[in-house]
Amino acid sequence: MNNKNYDLNVTTVEMKNIVKMFGSFKANDGIQLTVHKGEIHAILGENGAGKSTLMNILYGLYQPTSGEIYINGQKVVIENPNKAIELGIGMVHQHFMLVPPFTVTENIILGMEPTKSLGRVDFAKARQQVIDISKRYGLNVDPDAKIEDISVGMQQRAEILKVLYRGADILILDEPTAAITPQEIVELIQIMHNLTAEGKSIILITHKLKEIKEAADFCTIVRQGKYINTVNVDDVTEHDLASMMVGRNVEFKVNKKDITPGEVVLDVKDLHCLDYRDVEILRGFNVQVRRGEIIGIAGIDGNGQTELVEVLTGLRKATAGSITMNGKDAYNKSPKELFDMGVTSIPADRQKHGLVLEFANHDNMVIQNIDNTPFSKNGVIDRKAIFDHSHDLFEKFDIRPRGAEGNPSGSLSGGNQQKVIIAREVTNDKDLLIAVNPTRGLDVGAIEYVHRYIVEQRNKGKAVLLVSFELDEVMSLSDRIDVIFEGKIVGSVKGSEADENQLGLMMAGGGAHA
Amino acid sequence: MPKKEQSLWEKITNNAVFYTLLSILFGFLVGAIALAIAGYNPITAYGEMFYRIFGRPNWRSYAFIEYSTPYILTGLAVAFSFKTGVFNIGAEGQFVIGAVAAVLVGIFVPAPAVILIPLCLIAAMLAGMAWGAIVGFLKVRFGVNEVLSMIMFNWIAYYFSNFVVNLKSVEVGGGKTWTKLIQDNAKITFSKDLIAKLGFSPKAHAGILIAIAAVVIIWYIIDKTTLGYRLKAVGFNRNAAVFAGINADRNVMIALAISGCLAAIAGAIQVLGVNYKVSQFAGQEGYGFNGITVALIGNTNPWGVLLAGFFFGSLKFAGTRFGPPSEVVDIMMGCITFFIAVSSLLKEVFTHKPKGGAD
Repeated sequence: MNNKNYDLNVTTVEMKNIVKMFGSFKANDGIQLTVHKGEIHAILGENGAGKSTLMNILYGLYQPTSGEIYINGQKVVIENPNKAIELGIGMVHQHFMLVPPFTVTENIILGMEPTKSLGRVDFAKARQQVIDISKRYGLNVDPDAKIEDISVGMQQRAEILKVLYRGADILILDEPTAAITPQEIVELIQIMHNLTAEGKSIILITHKLKEIKEAADFCTIVRQGKYINTVNVDDVTEHDLASMMVGRNVEFKVNKKDITPGEVVLDVKDLHCLDYRDVEILRGFNVQVRRGEIIGIAGIDGNGQTELVEVLTGLRKATAGSITMNGKDAYNKSPKELFDMGVTSIPADRQKHGLVLEFANHDNMVIQNIDNTPFSKNGVIDRKAIFDHSHDLFEKFDIRPRGAEGNPSGSLSGGNQQKVIIAREVTNDKDLLIAVNPTRGLDVGAIEYVHRYIVEQRNKGKAVLLVSFELDEVMSLSDRIDVIFEGKIVGSVKGSEADENQLGLMMAGGGAHA
Repeated sequence: MPKKEQSLWEKITNNAVFYTLLSILFGFLVGAIALAIAGYNPITAYGEMFYRIFGRPNWRSYAFIEYSTPYILTGLAVAFSFKTGVFNIGAEGQFVIGAVAAVLVGIFVPAPAVILIPLCLIAAMLAGMAWGAIVGFLKVRFGVNEVLSMIMFNWIAYYFSNFVVNLKSVEVGGGKTWTKLIQDNAKITFSKDLIAKLGFSPKAHAGILIAIAAVVIIWYIIDKTTLGYRLKAVGFNRNAAVFAGINADRNVMIALAISGCLAAIAGAIQVLGVNYKVSQFAGQEGYGFNGITVALIGNTNPWGVLLAGFFFGSLKFAGTRFGPPSEVVDIMMGCITFFIAVSSLLKEVFTHKPKGGAD
């Protein structure tokens, strides 16, 4: 399903020889980019390759050290985002720029509020405009929901609507599919096609090869700040793209040895709980995870996965049901009690739940174990023990840059932040690992790495519960896949026999029990 | 991103102390303008100001002991709460409660000094801890915003103190609106010989030693203990702390209790070392509120607070007697606080650092 709405005679964006220095570091080193009207142009590169820097230059957030930018044939200097918006450029950032306590409508109109007399905001009109745009492009959102209450997928749609509301003709989408469900991705690609059919150009920053193949017309590859190539997507395979991106051959398959699962570690029966609105979201959820197996929970965002994980990690109270860990009651226990019973997790939001970003990496490495020897004695911290432990983990888990043990975790790249969490949780050596969207926003190399450690935990006889919106990830890792829909399991298939269409159908609530 | 060597200039402009000193310099410049407008020569006025701080043993002990001690402690109270993600604007009330507790024990409990002084301090500490912990409890149990409840608690403490001062058994009598004096056994004074040798006046009290001890203890808690680790984790990222099994509610209450304890010690020292009584208030005295300024000037670091407390206290003292209106010092302090508050902006000017990094 390719786009082909482009008109090669009309060039909308042309960036020539873009160089951007941060101090002595070359984030962009002579990058070229040409985008035509109605074209979906992917920019592919690993984390830190310079994709976002390039787009921030186009959006006026950074000034290039050298190089030229042409918009619709005119040479321009984009001093700031306002200039970019004026030129018809809109950007949906990877980390959303939304005001959490505001509603979807309030966020979308922010800075461009329609007004009535005396400067009062015309909310009725704004709301109607938002509904109109969302209908036109098939972006289903509740205009009155508060951002802090809605899922990541919904938040993203609000971001896209915000850009459309501002009348952008050139849309930059920074990792738009990093957090959303397979169904939402299909919808998003459809929306992108609708937009290009109306003559809009889309620049898609991603490291997901499959989406590039499905959505994009052309693809520009960058590696370590350097321009590698621009290819017609029809002419290359996913494997070609991956190799160009990382500069070496990439292994897609996860190597899993056959093992027979052992006794039951986690047993969840008839679990019920409420969501933030006090609406029942888990309605009789069951799952069993045994030693040496990975159970994948597949499902569309908003069917109770978030709440399930919160209940299992002690952040939310269930209203009914039973949970046992190794046969012991683990129902509505505190996070600390659950940790002591053998539950560790890789949280969905590594910056919110996984790390204290202001803390040094070595402090984050011991956050659950600070009270234990050798990290402290009688309430007094042993800095050297913590540092040595952290230094070992940096080596063992290949966390980069080396020597950053004492730096704040917030200064690491996303992939390395995730490595810190994985190093910590794997080293905790508990019976159950709950991994929630563990590769969100990571590049191919880092994904390979995360998957390897998850499978290694299984091979060591740990129980793994994988909750992910990435169907590919669930399918390639899981020994069994349970599909969640409206708060309960509606189907269960063996990982090796899983079929994307069948799963997709079950995720949408239309599946037969297998 | 590869790490590159920092030049000396970059090291300086990345250091928070540089911006504090810069802010102090700006504060003095603005103060100079105020002095000039008021018709004083700023240079002679500042010269007089420093002379009034350092010139005589008596002045030195006023500036660095009597005036600085309470600000070091309330500054430490506020700084500690900042480190742990809560904002103790209630140091004012905790100070008052500490003073009341100390004065009552100091008047009524018959005991030798070696027992009575610690008893007065302990009573004040417990009262301050309770005063802070109640606010913490209201916050974690009922979600009451700590800033609002603390402002209320400041007034409760204020009127409670006035109530106690006017009790028949407590007031000094003869139509005067203050309490009886505390027993001599409860007063904290230095040995006269020692203090003269150090170049202070005999009136100097030993509260400064308690304040310095408090700085050391708080630094140790924040930097070296698991308690400090947990408090900081909750302060920086409550979600991650809870997720890692740290009881955030409990830690918020502990933080406010410790913070309240520090402010209450300041109140007790004011009674045991300076006033020997508590007077009826005509208005809030501002020890707790000025603690916020001191905490900011000290960059919420215990050692920084110690220096900031000396700085603030000595200028407060000098401001009352260097000639020009004492409000000039308040203007300076206001400006310093303002410049510190906007120092991230100053930092941008100096380092030309764009927001964010590569990718």
